[in-house]
Amino acid sequence: MDMQVAKKKLSLKEKYKLMTRDLGWDTTYHTKDEVFPYVKYEGIKIHDWDKWEDPFRLTMDSYWKYQGEKERKFYAIIDAHAQNNGHLNITDASYLSALKIFLQAISPGEYAAGKGFARMGREFPGVGTQVACQMQSIDEIRHAQTQIHALSNYNKFYNGFHAFADARDRMWYCTLPRSFFDDALSAGPFEFMIAIGFSFEYVLTNLLFVPFMSGAAYNGDMATVTFGFSAQSDEARHMTLGLECIKFMLEQDPDNLPIVQGWIDKWFWRGFRLLGVVGTMMDYMLPKRVMSWKEAWGIYGVENGGALFRDLARYGIRPPKGWDDADKAIDHMSHQFMLALYQYNFGTAFHSWIPSEDDMAWLSKKYPDTFDKYYRPRWNHLTKLKEAGTPFANMGLAKLCQTCQIPTVFTEPDDPTSICQRETEYKGEKYHFCSDGCQHIFENEPEKYIQAWLPMQQLFQAPISGDLGAWMNWVSLIPGKDNGDYDGSEDQRNFEAWRKQATSNQ
Amino acid sequence: MAVTSTKPYVAVPRDLVQNFNGKQIVYVCWDHHMLFATPLMLVVEPGMLLGDLLQNVVKPLIGPDPDAAAVDLTQVAWMKSGQPWKPNLAASLADNGIVHKEQLRFSTPGLNSLLAA
Repeated sequence: MDMQVAKKKLSLKEKYKLMTRDLGWDTTYHTKDEVFPYVKYEGIKIHDWDKWEDPFRLTMDSYWKYQGEKERKFYAIIDAHAQNNGHLNITDASYLSALKIFLQAISPGEYAAGKGFARMGREFPGVGTQVACQMQSIDEIRHAQTQIHALSNYNKFYNGFHAFADARDRMWYCTLPRSFFDDALSAGPFEFMIAIGFSFEYVLTNLLFVPFMSGAAYNGDMATVTFGFSAQSDEARHMTLGLECIKFMLEQDPDNLPIVQGWIDKWFWRGFRLLGVVGTMMDYMLPKRVMSWKEAWGIYGVENGGALFRDLARYGIRPPKGWDDADKAIDHMSHQFMLALYQYNFGTAFHSWIPSEDDMAWLSKKYPDTFDKYYRPRWNHLTKLKEAGTPFANMGLAKLCQTCQIPTVFTEPDDPTSICQRETEYKGEKYHFCSDGCQHIFENEPEKYIQAWLPMQQLFQAPISGDLGAWMNWVSLIPGKDNGDYDGSEDQRNFEAWRKQATSNQ
Repeated sequence: MAVTSTKPYVAVPRDLVQNFNGKQIVYVCWDHHMLFATPLMLVVEPGMLLGDLLQNVVKPLIGPDPDAAAVDLTQVAWMKSGQPWKPNLAASLADNGIVHKEQLRFSTPGLNSLLAA
């Protein structure tokens, strides 16, 4: 309810000052260093926190208003989706594998980001930064909630959605994003900002929320589009916050440059590795595709990312180490990931499949230099094995990278016929990596990464001790329902039967 | 370089050999045969003869590759920790110096059906 006031409304600038900067105070019982104990140990020097500018000048009252409006729209569309059997409007139930990966692996990451920003809101001494971090923290929790809520509609009808919380902690492929966030959350506040504000928001979510959500729209999935578009306006703000933090650090003291550059190198590579999954979702799991992973990377990685590094060059920042290796990997990574998902699909809570002739024709068009030469022959051979009644399941299990925890599926940057294998020894133990980038990250902080909870290694330790059935039970995977080839699955049968009912009178 | 931290940082590796109930991890990679998405991860006893590992464990696992039938694992070229290596198939893994998390690679030049196109 509006109240009558004689004085005219505050200007945006005055309001921002009152609602952010004026909420801060100087401590008297304790020193600033005691109150903010984690802000100096990383070596970042900040001389004047008031120089922090929130580019959006967002205050809590306008934040509630915007977010409240978005929530109302979101819930109206989700309710309509549920009431009108929206799950039958998608192109094909095979598409749901992309959503299952999203729910199991990515939505928990939103929640982790929420925890992280809540902590940063406490650890940064600047009031502007505190308020911006608090709002981002609430955004991230909201994203986790809206994603879980939107996808719960599919859980009523399809397998693989029921145990995403168990999957987050226990499922092998979920350690990819989990290790990314655990790494960020166990870093100091400034490194966290680079990890999430730069790498995750800038490098990753653009690719996730723009082309992937367009893919959802193209495949008739209004539930996912709705949460995607509701989140996207927040993501734009988060990216700006991350970028603002980078510039702030670089403007405050020249000594910050090498530290920031090191983090950009590290977190670019970690973000890039994690992204491979999204590439596979885009290239293989969408029945109707908007663009290839390679095309999306061209726009959001090369063009946007390139512009960012040109912009940061005036501070002395150079493109991250691994930028060239990333470029060489683009033609290969989605195919290498999908081949792994297919041969290990007895151990996933989603379905994978051999691409159809139609899919392969598309892949060949989008990857003219690599698909027919390297990947089609493997898929053709896998088809032959399947038709012979001996579909390939790789019981050798996967060797994992100690840093990114991804199965070491990637090839040498200059030789797509050879798996990239790197190893190092630390305190008498051998450690293995998927790339120079991951080895470099390990060697900078070996003590951190020797503690990695590598799922394949853990499978053979107590309490599972190599028992695959016990493992499936432990990760809440229902064999024969959640896993395996999409072809012949319960999801496929149900979707076809229900769709037929919806379009016939029989 | 050490971890940047506020106090001394002590970490314990999570996959030490003593956690594996008397077994150890060995990775085996058949170079240029990427039907197998990653090197094979095997968990076996260090007292096992290398010849038995190759015949009874590795051979069945590589079976789905179209070249598998043509491979004689006693005749292939080996690398261990990235260096050329001559194995003793009649000795145990331990006697061959194959430690926990060792990476073995073998190559079969001229044999690569799935990349021949």
